[in-house]
Amino acid sequence: MTTVTDPQGDGFRLSMLLNDTRYRSLTLQAIAAIVLALAIFYLANNLLQNLRALGLNISYEFLGEPAGYDINQTLIAYNSQSSHLSAALVGALNTLLVAFMACVTATVFGVIAGVLRLSNNWLVSKLMSAYVEAFRNVPVLIWIIIIFTLMTAVMPSPRAYLGEDGQSLILGVMAFTNRGIYIPAPVWNEGSGVVVAVFLASVVGVFAYRRYARNLLYATGRLLPTGWPSLAILFVPAVLAFFVMGQPIGVDLPDPLANRFNLRGGLQIGAPLVALWLALSIYTGAFIAENVRAGIQAVSKGQTEAAASLGLRPGRIMNLVVLPQALRVIVPPLISQYLNITKNSSLAIAVGYADITATLGGITLNQTGRAIECILILMLFYLTISLTISAVLNVYNNAVSLKER
Amino acid sequence: MSKTAAFVRTEQLPPKDPPASDVGPAKWVRENLFNGVSGSILTVLSLLAIYYILASTLPWILNGVWTTDNIRECREVLDGATGACFSVLTERWAQLLYGISYPSEAYWRPTVAFFLLFVAAAPVLFFKLPRALLLFTAIYPFLAYWLIWGGTVWVSIFTALGFVAFYAVYSALVTRTFAGAVAAGVIAAFVTWTIGGYITEAIAPAEPMLEAVPSRDMGGFMLNMILGTVCVSLSLPIGIALALGRQSSMPLIKGISVVFIEFIRGVPLITLLFVANVILGYFFPPETNLDLILRVIIMITMFASAYIAEVIRGGLAALPRGQYEAADSLGLDYAQAMRLIILPQALKISIPGIVNVAVGLFKDTTLVSVISMFDLVGMIRGPILASTDWNGVYWELWLFAALLFFVICYGISQYSQWLERQLATDHR
Repeated sequence: MTTVTDPQGDGFRLSMLLNDTRYRSLTLQAIAAIVLALAIFYLANNLLQNLRALGLNISYEFLGEPAGYDINQTLIAYNSQSSHLSAALVGALNTLLVAFMACVTATVFGVIAGVLRLSNNWLVSKLMSAYVEAFRNVPVLIWIIIIFTLMTAVMPSPRAYLGEDGQSLILGVMAFTNRGIYIPAPVWNEGSGVVVAVFLASVVGVFAYRRYARNLLYATGRLLPTGWPSLAILFVPAVLAFFVMGQPIGVDLPDPLANRFNLRGGLQIGAPLVALWLALSIYTGAFIAENVRAGIQAVSKGQTEAAASLGLRPGRIMNLVVLPQALRVIVPPLISQYLNITKNSSLAIAVGYADITATLGGITLNQTGRAIECILILMLFYLTISLTISAVLNVYNNAVSLKER
Repeated sequence: MSKTAAFVRTEQLPPKDPPASDVGPAKWVRENLFNGVSGSILTVLSLLAIYYILASTLPWILNGVWTTDNIRECREVLDGATGACFSVLTERWAQLLYGISYPSEAYWRPTVAFFLLFVAAAPVLFFKLPRALLLFTAIYPFLAYWLIWGGTVWVSIFTALGFVAFYAVYSALVTRTFAGAVAAGVIAAFVTWTIGGYITEAIAPAEPMLEAVPSRDMGGFMLNMILGTVCVSLSLPIGIALALGRQSSMPLIKGISVVFIEFIRGVPLITLLFVANVILGYFFPPETNLDLILRVIIMITMFASAYIAEVIRGGLAALPRGQYEAADSLGLDYAQAMRLIILPQALKISIPGIVNVAVGLFKDTTLVSVISMFDLVGMIRGPILASTDWNGVYWELWLFAALLFFVICYGISQYSQWLERQLATDHR
């Protein structure tokens, strides 16, 4: 901005509000404030007039009334007598569920595709380019619908698995049907808490061991193996606890013989959820692949060569030199892709998955007619998630940014 | 003297051919396809994948039927064999491209507007083209509006004249004061539009040259194109204003810009479309009756301008500090510095980012099908798949839609990459 060079002169004149850089910004902001206030007043006034004309008011009491509709995929207890608020809560949890699952798989797809796209293998890199371009350049809504249609058209109906002479379950435990996927459900018997606690403690133990190994390396130069000891720490205590407690965790398999019309037992993941999950992961995976590729290419060749001339082995070069620098480039766009997944999961409405847009912004809105309230809550929900993710991103950026002295 | 050597080679031997495995196709195959065990495994897996994809799609495509009237006839022709019913495309192409209600004798109008779009966009996208072409770019919006919506040509002409009046007044006064020039220009434009409104009412012929088509009759891929181009072009000036606002040192202006940008970027487009569908009408006086397409354009423009503002902010931040200081040291005020020094450079480096936003936005226009507008996706999901004639012809339609979007988006992204190479001045 311009610096103030005007000489301090005789007192304040009115024309200085426009001509003096010291006061002009105040004038402009005052004008902006007045315009903003007028605009808000105009819009609010229109809103109130329109609502009064229609006999409506703004009230959130409908949230306590029974919703009156069923939701087929719920994470918490819900029935049609539950309130609109709990329907919204079910939807919110469903949104978070599909977003979380898609984030994990999209990262896996993206990293694999991004690394393979840089591969020396001509065929593989071309194939990955085709994948990335095909998914990046077609709307995600079309992909969601295509994958949903593909699932319902190609997979057999649950009846194919039923009865003595039905198709046998995949690996004996899973069934892929056009209504969804049936997988074994864990059954938590008494004592399973101990096993879980032991497992969680082992996870902490693995981190502690790795930290110890690293400190030892930096302090003395002694290198401890980390691969198999980590695995051992992770699984051996949990397996021991499992048998000591008398095998408390069982599985509930999908049972083809229990019912004549549908598979019973196990955990059912509905077809809309699977289709949305797959579509979001494959679509966003293509974007992540590009980020990963750009990140790896952003590390200059000199870094690799410098590390090699120090005598590091190729694996070490990747782990200690290239990856930490590439991650600094990869992670910020990766996190904004996670944000995109969360926002794109609102397209669940196209395949009938009950996320918050479909419950609160769809059925509840249509039943109660409370459009303003519903959409306001909906926006606040997404805004909270976005701002949380941005906050995480800022913390990360500050942590890894180059410290210049 | 006796010869001590029976034979002395006088010329140099020609170099031997390299081993067969080290030249030509064999070398290429060995290095690029069968490079080590894992490379070979990947190649075989890729070949298998390609084989399965082709084996399942090729017969279906090659055996396609193009000339039947409905799905039953198509299945009769196929007689149990694998094959696609592409006849849905030949029978319903007009609905897919223009929607249900657009008058069929007027199909040429949006088509001409579509091709003229390339002419209008060319001078903006390719800097080497003669600058005189920008004149057509300036005329294009009014021409396209007249072509697509029809009605009397005077509406377009007077709208354009309003902008001409603005520009004339603005350029006459801008050397004295920027803010004054803008204000006077806006007043001149409004005066022109008001007068033009009366004149149009007086002289508009009862039978306009082009039949008027109401907005609700727009549909199909045309609707996606309209929403995409209109919203991106409208959001550019708003995005620039927001980006400058976010960089401003005035806390109030900065606050408004930040809240707007972060709010819009934090919610999914679909919630904004819900707003357009059910809420936006409440915020206007009871007697105004905005049609749905206009409300959707308002919301998508707000959405796009927030994203474009972030791209332009990146461009502004990427300019070296010296440019700002140089402008200051020349004694330019804020408006002059931005107009003459900062924005031309910042916008130029932002173009690839803006193009990416445009591609994303164009893809997102398909979301309007969720609020029951009949764009390309809405046409397929609604009238076509629900009709008894074509109930069940999923793949042909969805692949057609995917292909249509792919061609356009891939084209634009290739342009963006080309431009990035053009703009890259560092040598790596």
